[in-house]
Amino acid sequence: MSTAVTVSELRKSYGEVEAVRGISFEIASGEIFGLLGPNGAGKTTTVEILEGYRERDAGSVTVLGADPARAGDSWREQIGVVLQSSAMYQTLSVAESLALFAGYYERPRDVDEVMQLIGLDEKRDAHVRTLSGGQRRRLDLGLALVGDPDLLFLDEPTTGFDPQARRRAWESISSLRSLGKTILLTTHYLDEAERLCDRVAVLRDGRIAAIGRPGELTGALPPTEIRYWQNGREVVLRTDEPTRVLNELTQTALAEGHELEALEVRRPSLEEVYLSLTDEASE
Amino acid sequence: MRLFRHELRYALLLYSRSRELAFFTFLLPMILFLLLGFAYGDEEIQGVKGSDYLLTGTLGYGVVATAFAGLAIVLVIRREEGILKRLRSTPLPAPTYLVAVLTATMVAFLIQAVCIVAVGMAAFGASFPSHLVSFVLALILGAASFAALGVGLTGLIRQAEGASAVVNAIYFPMLFISGAFFERDTFPAFLQAVAAVLPLTYFIDLVFGVVYEGDQIWDRVGDVAVLAAWGLAGALFAARRFRWTPSEG
Repeated sequence: MSTAVTVSELRKSYGEVEAVRGISFEIASGEIFGLLGPNGAGKTTTVEILEGYRERDAGSVTVLGADPARAGDSWREQIGVVLQSSAMYQTLSVAESLALFAGYYERPRDVDEVMQLIGLDEKRDAHVRTLSGGQRRRLDLGLALVGDPDLLFLDEPTTGFDPQARRRAWESISSLRSLGKTILLTTHYLDEAERLCDRVAVLRDGRIAAIGRPGELTGALPPTEIRYWQNGREVVLRTDEPTRVLNELTQTALAEGHELEALEVRRPSLEEVYLSLTDEASE
Repeated sequence: MRLFRHELRYALLLYSRSRELAFFTFLLPMILFLLLGFAYGDEEIQGVKGSDYLLTGTLGYGVVATAFAGLAIVLVIRREEGILKRLRSTPLPAPTYLVAVLTATMVAFLIQAVCIVAVGMAAFGASFPSHLVSFVLALILGAASFAALGVGLTGLIRQAEGASAVVNAIYFPMLFISGAFFERDTFPAFLQAVAAVLPLTYFIDLVFGVVYEGDQIWDRVGDVAVLAAWGLAGALFAARRFRWTPSEG
C-alpha cells in the first residue's frame, strides 16, 4: 500500500514556545489516521504544516508526493481541508456554496450528490446564516469533499457538537471510508478516535506519547476508580475488574446494613489517559 | 479565465446580497447628495452651481465608500472569519480571487456613479458629463487607487469588530477636508495643507476639471500622477502586509 503522508522529525516553535518537538509518523493511502490530544498539544500546528498554511522549522514532510510548503495549485486539487472553525459566506445558500467551491476544481463531484452525502439536501436553498452549528460543520465537510480530493484534513470536526450531531458527523465521516479517501483528523475525544480511526497518535506537549490502533491504546488505560465515603473519610479503590470489586463491595455493605455514601464509579478522564500515556512515554 | 469569471460572478452575487454594503456604500452617498443638494444646491460653489459641485463631491464620497471603505471592511471580515484562509486551501489562485473582488468593486462603483449622475440630472438639472471617455477613465483610476489603498489598509486592522471604526475614522474626515461637500478655499490654511496631500482632493479636482472645466484626463497630469502614486503606494503596502489568515491571539 502506498504512503499518503510522511512526517519525519517535524519541529515548529512560535517564539520561545516549542509547539511541535520532533514528531514522526506515516499515513497509508486509504487510512483514517487520528491525532489525539488536549488543546495546545500541537495537533493544529502539525495539521496546518501538512496543509501548507505554516512553515516548519525543521524535519521533513511529504504529502501526496509533494512538500506542502512549496506545493502549488494543482496539489490543492487533491486535498480537502476542514479547518477548526467554520467559515463561509453567510449570504450564500448551501447549494450555492458548494457550487462556488466545485468551480475551483478540475473534476468536482456532483453538488447534489455531495448534499446527500452530508445530509443537507433538504437545506439546499437555506442561507448559511440560518444553519445550526452542526449543519455548518457538515457543510464544511461538503466543501472539503466537493473537489473529490484523495486526502482529507479534518481539524476537530465535531468539537462543540451535541451527542446527536456528533453521531451524524461520525456517520458522514465513516461513509468516506468506502470512498477510499485518506483522512487525517484531529480530535480531543477519545471515543471519536476509537470510533473513526484505523490508527491514532496521541500528542502531548508537541511529542507523540503513543501511536497505534485505538484498541492498543485503550489497553493502556489506567484502572477504573471506585470512590465512596466511610467514617468521614473518602475511600478510593482502583481496579481493572470494576464489576467484581463493586459487587463484593455492595454485598458486604448490604450484609452489614450500611450505606456506601457518595458512591461513585468512574472511568479515567481523557486528561488522565494522556497523563498516563505521557508518563509511560517518559519512563 | 474560466476561474476568473466563476469567481467574479460570485463576487457580484455576494456584493448584491450585502445589505450593509448596499446602504453605507451605495445609498448613503446619494441620500446625502439629495439632502445637501436641496439645502444649498442653488448657491454658487467654486464658480459653479452648488448642486453641480456636490455631484462631483458625491462621486468622491462614492469612490471612498465603495472602493476604499467597503472593500477594506469586507476583506478584514472575511479574513478574520477564516473565509480567506479556507479559500487558500483550494486550487483557486490568490491573484484570481483578488482581481475578481477588485473587479466586482469597480463594477459596483461604476453603477453607483451612473446612479449619482442620474440623481443629479433628475433632481438638480445637472448636465451630462461632457468628456465621457475622460470621465469614465477618471472614475476607474480613482476606484483603482482607492481599492489598492483599501487592500493595503487591511494590513493595519487586526480585528473584524474594529474594522468599521478604523475605516470610518479615516474616510469621514478625509471627505470633509478634501472638500467633498464644501469649497476648500474657505478652509483655514492648515486644513488646506492637509487637503493638499490627500488622494481624494485630487480625485475630486480631476473629476471637477473633466466635468465642468472642459478638460480631458490628459490635461490634468498632476491630479492623475498624485492619484496613481497613492494607488501604487497602497498596492506596494498591500503586497507586503495583506494576510489570508486571521490575526492570532
